[in-house]
Amino acid sequence: MKFTLDWLKEHLDTTASAEEIGKALTMIGLELESMQSQGAALEKFVVAHVVEAKPHPNSDHLNLCKVDAGTGELIDVVCGAPNARTGLKSVFAFPGTYIPGKDFELKAGVVIRGTPSNGMLCSAAELELSNDHDGIIELAEDAPVGAKYVDYAGLDGVVFDISITPNRGDATGVYGIARDLAAFGLGTLRQTDFSPVPSKGKSPIAPLPQQFSADEPKTIRKFAGRYIANVTNGPSPDWLQQRLRAVGLRPINTVVDITNLVSLGWGRPLHAYDADKIDGEIVLRNARNETFDALDNKVYTLDQTMTVIADDSGPLCLGGIMGGIRSGVTEETKNVFMECASWDPELVARAGRKTGIVSDARYRLERSVDPALTEPGMELATRLVLQLCGGEPMEPAISGDDVFANTVVEFPLSEVKRLTGLEVSDERIEAILASLGFVVAGSGPVRSVKVPSWRPDVTQKADLVEEVMRMVGVDNVPVEPLTRLNHVAPRMLTTIQNRRRIARRALAARGLDEAVTWSFISHEDATRFGGGSPDRQLANAIASDMTDMRPSLLPGLIAGARRNANRGFADVALFEVGQIFLSDAPEGQHTYASGIRTGTAKLTGAGRHWSGKAETVGVFDAKADLAAVLDALGVDIEKVQVLPEAAAWSHPGRGGRIALGPKVSLGWFGELHPALAAELDIDFPLVAFEIDLDALPEARKKATRTKPALALSQFQPVSRDFAFVMDRGVTAAAILKAARGADKGLISDVGIFDVFEGSHVGEGKKSVAIEVTLQPRDKTLTDEDIEKVSAAIVAAVTKTTGGELRK
Amino acid sequence: MSLEAQIETLRTELRAAIAAADTEAALDAVRVAALGKKGSVSALLGTLGAMPPEERKSAGPAINGLKIDITGLVEARGTALKAAALDARLKAETLDVTLPLPPAPTAKGRIHPISQTIDEITAIFSDMGFSIAEGPDIETDYFNFTALNFPEGHPAREMHDTFFMKPGANGEKKVLRTHTSPVQMRVMQRTNEKPAASYLTPPMDPPIRVVMPGRTYRNDSDQTHTPMFHQVEGLVIDKSSHIGQLRWVLEEFLKAFFEVPSVTLRFRPSFFPFTEPSMEVDVQCDRSGSEVKIGEGSDWLEILGCGMVHPNVIRNAGLDPDVYQGFAWGIDIDRIAMLKYGMPDLRAFFDADQRWIEHYGFRPLDLPTLFGGLSS
Repeated sequence: MKFTLDWLKEHLDTTASAEEIGKALTMIGLELESMQSQGAALEKFVVAHVVEAKPHPNSDHLNLCKVDAGTGELIDVVCGAPNARTGLKSVFAFPGTYIPGKDFELKAGVVIRGTPSNGMLCSAAELELSNDHDGIIELAEDAPVGAKYVDYAGLDGVVFDISITPNRGDATGVYGIARDLAAFGLGTLRQTDFSPVPSKGKSPIAPLPQQFSADEPKTIRKFAGRYIANVTNGPSPDWLQQRLRAVGLRPINTVVDITNLVSLGWGRPLHAYDADKIDGEIVLRNARNETFDALDNKVYTLDQTMTVIADDSGPLCLGGIMGGIRSGVTEETKNVFMECASWDPELVARAGRKTGIVSDARYRLERSVDPALTEPGMELATRLVLQLCGGEPMEPAISGDDVFANTVVEFPLSEVKRLTGLEVSDERIEAILASLGFVVAGSGPVRSVKVPSWRPDVTQKADLVEEVMRMVGVDNVPVEPLTRLNHVAPRMLTTIQNRRRIARRALAARGLDEAVTWSFISHEDATRFGGGSPDRQLANAIASDMTDMRPSLLPGLIAGARRNANRGFADVALFEVGQIFLSDAPEGQHTYASGIRTGTAKLTGAGRHWSGKAETVGVFDAKADLAAVLDALGVDIEKVQVLPEAAAWSHPGRGGRIALGPKVSLGWFGELHPALAAELDIDFPLVAFEIDLDALPEARKKATRTKPALALSQFQPVSRDFAFVMDRGVTAAAILKAARGADKGLISDVGIFDVFEGSHVGEGKKSVAIEVTLQPRDKTLTDEDIEKVSAAIVAAVTKTTGGELRK
Repeated sequence: MSLEAQIETLRTELRAAIAAADTEAALDAVRVAALGKKGSVSALLGTLGAMPPEERKSAGPAINGLKIDITGLVEARGTALKAAALDARLKAETLDVTLPLPPAPTAKGRIHPISQTIDEITAIFSDMGFSIAEGPDIETDYFNFTALNFPEGHPAREMHDTFFMKPGANGEKKVLRTHTSPVQMRVMQRTNEKPAASYLTPPMDPPIRVVMPGRTYRNDSDQTHTPMFHQVEGLVIDKSSHIGQLRWVLEEFLKAFFEVPSVTLRFRPSFFPFTEPSMEVDVQCDRSGSEVKIGEGSDWLEILGCGMVHPNVIRNAGLDPDVYQGFAWGIDIDRIAMLKYGMPDLRAFFDADQRWIEHYGFRPLDLPTLFGGLSS
């Protein structure tokens, strides 16, 4: 909210400088956003003397002026204003000056109808000082030529702009701000004359009937109206126009300007109706799905949850938010009906949200306005109308009742110290609260504190502590260390937190870059990757490609790879460790570690290198990344099930699943399905993996950290090679399992060192060569021993695989 | 020819042959021809047996002398040939060691600044005795607002630009959490229910010291706002902690995080529904250059919000606010990461641009610790 120093001083008797006030505002919780001179935009304009003005030879309305702007030489200026005449003092802008009312910068070297024009004589509208654009500004004869116009015109006032937190409806008026500053010690609050203005007769408008049924939401509480007859409306006086303009409001006419003055000055929004435009009876009721032409020149459809002030022709005003065009006060208005009403803040906020109307009235009323100010506000407005427009006030028309909280807090003064650590004397606490309008009663450690009507946000002890603290200053709270641990810190991270940390570092160490991508993706992508159910969809997404909570990290990573490829980087290795959503329930949120490699971005680096051929990424690159993460997390991929079951996103023949059993899947790896790749516009090799970090088994808690005894054999291991021919569909896992099982005591390792297919091994067949390591424990193996175990291996493998030993 | 002459002739011949042998094989042929079973020297030695003892007395040492001489020469020549061969091999066996290596994986992969920043925050707060708690991203209205003293229809709710989920079968409208504060309530609440998932932190008994980092969402997007961002919430609940300790915790944290000897903070009274008194905190900094310098200068930069946990919130958790008290704060992680590491635009955080990650990211083994320094 904006206000000027002059305006503040009308409510606060102070000698404090603008800087002191600005600093104080921030320290008491009315954060200063900016503080600048009101004339900041007009700094470059100067007072000038039109030494000569004669008609332009090539125009019937332009004047050719010689202007003295204090530079020592006369400046040629072409001016179209009818009042440009010899001897006039006016306001001049040199080339290069920004003209706020026109929103452009004055150019140099301008030629108008063949005559150079080196500057501009300005109207009040061009300086945004009023709407007057009928002619250039006329200054007094003694105005000093060459002086800055802002200095001459007294436009050097300071404008403060503060942000008001939602709890402080009382500070949405200059008066309330002055009260806070006075309590802080920056001066004395000046009281306002709210006394009733005597009436001249019966009101032509009766107190407004409140037409609500019992179960309807009722925004209105109390409606105070005043009929003021025979006003003389017109443009408001300069001081009022200037004041409103300084804070960014456009002056309309005196009556409307008064409503704005009271709204900003006392935080008490008003609305003025042209009484002669009211059609028939005026009542308070809820809207009936009817349209409303609001003062912002827009048409709104109102519903039953919104209260309107209406006459026989429909709504005149949307209660607490905005007036309508039909009954608006104009310069021609003779009879004014002034409204000052009390509203339910919550319902005003709701109607404001529904209509989307942002107004000064809504801003204040939804933060709540002092309910004790309804009639006084009406009297104040009446007094101002009489002062500035004359007229005859009729009897107030009042219906309904204000709602007061009447809060009394039993306040132990020790609460201040308990919650803040501040040492504040009882007297100081009492004085601060009193200056803010709280009534402190009693003596002793606990006082009864009555909360003033304008502070409904204060309901309990902690609220009073804040009032004291902000006046004493948070900076005065002594800093005290939090007691430190008296032991070595225990483990601070949970299992899943540790898993995420380890998975990230393990993947980055394999050359993948960590991406952080949006939690929401497009509905199409969500559906492609197993999501898209309604419970995971946003009701108010910010963009059409951010509608669904992601069921997988892969869509985000793949989209990232596509963006990188579009920039010319088609070889990327990306991973993300983050949350995915299987449902909207807390347990539906899992942490996945997922990654992709594209193009030639293998472990050994992307692109061509002298040390080897640039190969494109393959399924085993993804499997290796997955295995590395599992290994970093203590799971040996050789000890879990690797199944030839591709994920839905994967090429069905080139993808696998890692499982702990029939139900527990740990992850998937594979090549992106060609059909999906086409849909996702991926025209380069892409392999991917996903690991469900929540599915990993929790390590069993052990009683001791001792590792099992190391049993080393004193006998040398022996190795033997075997080659088998079998159907190509037989899995390596099956071969290895069979070979290992041939003699579990003796066989310490089985490795596959060659796999090939070709016509010489037969159509649909493959040859697999394995190396079996035998580790004797208690004696050196004899040839017979080796023959025996070799036979067992061959028998086991051929039996399981249906293959035969290759001769 | 006398034996002596014979020996000398043979010696001369063999010496010449040894000297002429220019490969190890040739030398070996000479050796065999001289010293082998049927070699010339061996043949001479074989004549000793048939000699009369007188003659043998003088011939023996002479022939043996020849053998020793030739043996020595062969060995010496052999050593020289070996050395020459090695020399020649070494001369031939050269590599251009300046050829670049293929990149090491660790030289390429990078940790995202947000993860690094969370690890840094974790390192600092765990030293202060805080543990890390978590809650879900899709929250109930209760945990995100109601339990945190946001009255229904209060303008403060409006300020959050909330993302709502489509209403469920029971009409419930869940939200994407607008802040990490709901985790406060999940940690503080008195309940015997086991958390529904293992990542959810079970309720704790006071004294409580937790920090709660995580993703948060608001329906807002411009240069300084993204619809998804990261926050870290802090919570201390015990029977005595007040704003004095809050100031200490925040000052110490910011000093440690920005790795500067001192920071100057400005606490401004403010408003949050879930704290009372509430404050916003500005940090003194220098914004004159292209980067913001914390710990010097004369500008103020808003950096976090904090306050004493509102009595209503403590009550909602099932604790007595006249017995238990404490404070909470919330920091925008993305923002302090930008301040510390100088990323100019928040939106680039979520773009997965390899160039950006490799420029602003961190080496995989640069795990922030207090003993090793947060950033090195």
